[in-house]
Amino acid sequence: MTLEELCRQLQLEVRAAPRKLDAEVTGGYASDLLSCVMAKSQAGNVWVTLQSHPNVVAVASLAGLAGIIITEGMNPDAATIEKAEEEGIPILTTELTTFTVVGRLFELGVPGVDDIRT
Amino acid sequence: MPQVTRLHELVYELKIAEVMTREVVTVTPQTSMAELREILRNHRISGTPVMENGELVGIISIEDLIKALAAGEMDVVVGEKMTRDPVALCADDRIVLAVDRFTRSGFGRFPVVDERGKLVGILTQGDITRGLLKKLEVEYHEEEVRRYRASHIFEDVVSDRTSIFLHYEVVARDFDHAGEASSKIKRALDHLGFSPQIVRRAAIAAYETEMNIIIHTDEGGELMVDVRPEQIVIRATDTGPGIPDIERAMQPGFSTAPEWIREMGFGAGMGLSNIRRCTDEMRLESPLGTRTSLEAVIYLDRKDLRSERGRA
Repeated sequence: MTLEELCRQLQLEVRAAPRKLDAEVTGGYASDLLSCVMAKSQAGNVWVTLQSHPNVVAVASLAGLAGIIITEGMNPDAATIEKAEEEGIPILTTELTTFTVVGRLFELGVPGVDDIRT
Repeated sequence: MPQVTRLHELVYELKIAEVMTREVVTVTPQTSMAELREILRNHRISGTPVMENGELVGIISIEDLIKALAAGEMDVVVGEKMTRDPVALCADDRIVLAVDRFTRSGFGRFPVVDERGKLVGILTQGDITRGLLKKLEVEYHEEEVRRYRASHIFEDVVSDRTSIFLHYEVVARDFDHAGEASSKIKRALDHLGFSPQIVRRAAIAAYETEMNIIIHTDEGGELMVDVRPEQIVIRATDTGPGIPDIERAMQPGFSTAPEWIREMGFGAGMGLSNIRRCTDEMRLESPLGTRTSLEAVIYLDRKDLRSERGRA
């Protein structure tokens, strides 16, 4: 499943790096603690969080993530968007809560890192 | 949702002047259709602007010629068969505008004029395709060359011990630029041709180190990376306040970060254990609890360097 398909299925708004949406999503991870994302997420994962400051982009870029879904209508600020464009990390936003987003991702067949065989 | 590719971007970036054909073959209204046939054939073109006294007055195409041929009107002059007052494109416009005009008009070519209305070129859809492909090829080639050169550095530079040393100043509490040093480190290792696994491990270790300096030091510190063919060493030093109980600091989940920092998602107490997990050796020292130095090492194998392929 690509990010583009996820955007369509979950009706996510694309806020940054629209040309990186063809990335194949390898799985999903949800947390608001950046170090946990660093530790547990895997390359190509989509990350679900309600953090919206610029450092989420650094984390996603360093961990090689496919993209970030920011939940609960949190509005990423201009610096976050700018950095995401620079680093080529798609930022997708939704009014849905993290729980709902993760549930729908699961239904669409996006596995959690615990179920990904490496 | 439409997917935006580099090609889409180029359509907005490139100007018509960059892709148009500059050497324009022109005819006058007095040119006969028979002469036009020879001109089109000799230049292998399918249409041409019609000029009179330096002014663009029309455009004539191979379709007009075929119609004239079928009607046996080869002695008629171009002035009678041409399309008058043709729509011209501006050399300074982006090619997205031209693509739109081609799609909507169905025309095969447009004359291109400068800001004073003077004819400077002609544009066909073929010109656009060629221009885009050429630009893409140049960009791809530049990227290839850059990666290739960097990834061969350890083979090309001969010494008893070759090492690339990266040095970054990290400012305390500067959350606006947090992660920038690590991003640069990651990019450097990418360009040097290390495998994605190695780059990821080094990037995580560098990021956690950088964040520790930003969150916990009094006056910031230095982040250094020493890249050698056999190992990558990440080092950090600061001037205080030091860590009173290193063993406790190493425990996952133990954190001394203040609440406002935790609210941003930092200070989860995972940083140091993340560094240890990602690296093969880690030493953390804080003598007398005044300053801290950290050293983390990632061992490299021959297979970790992808220089023979030279590309990620």
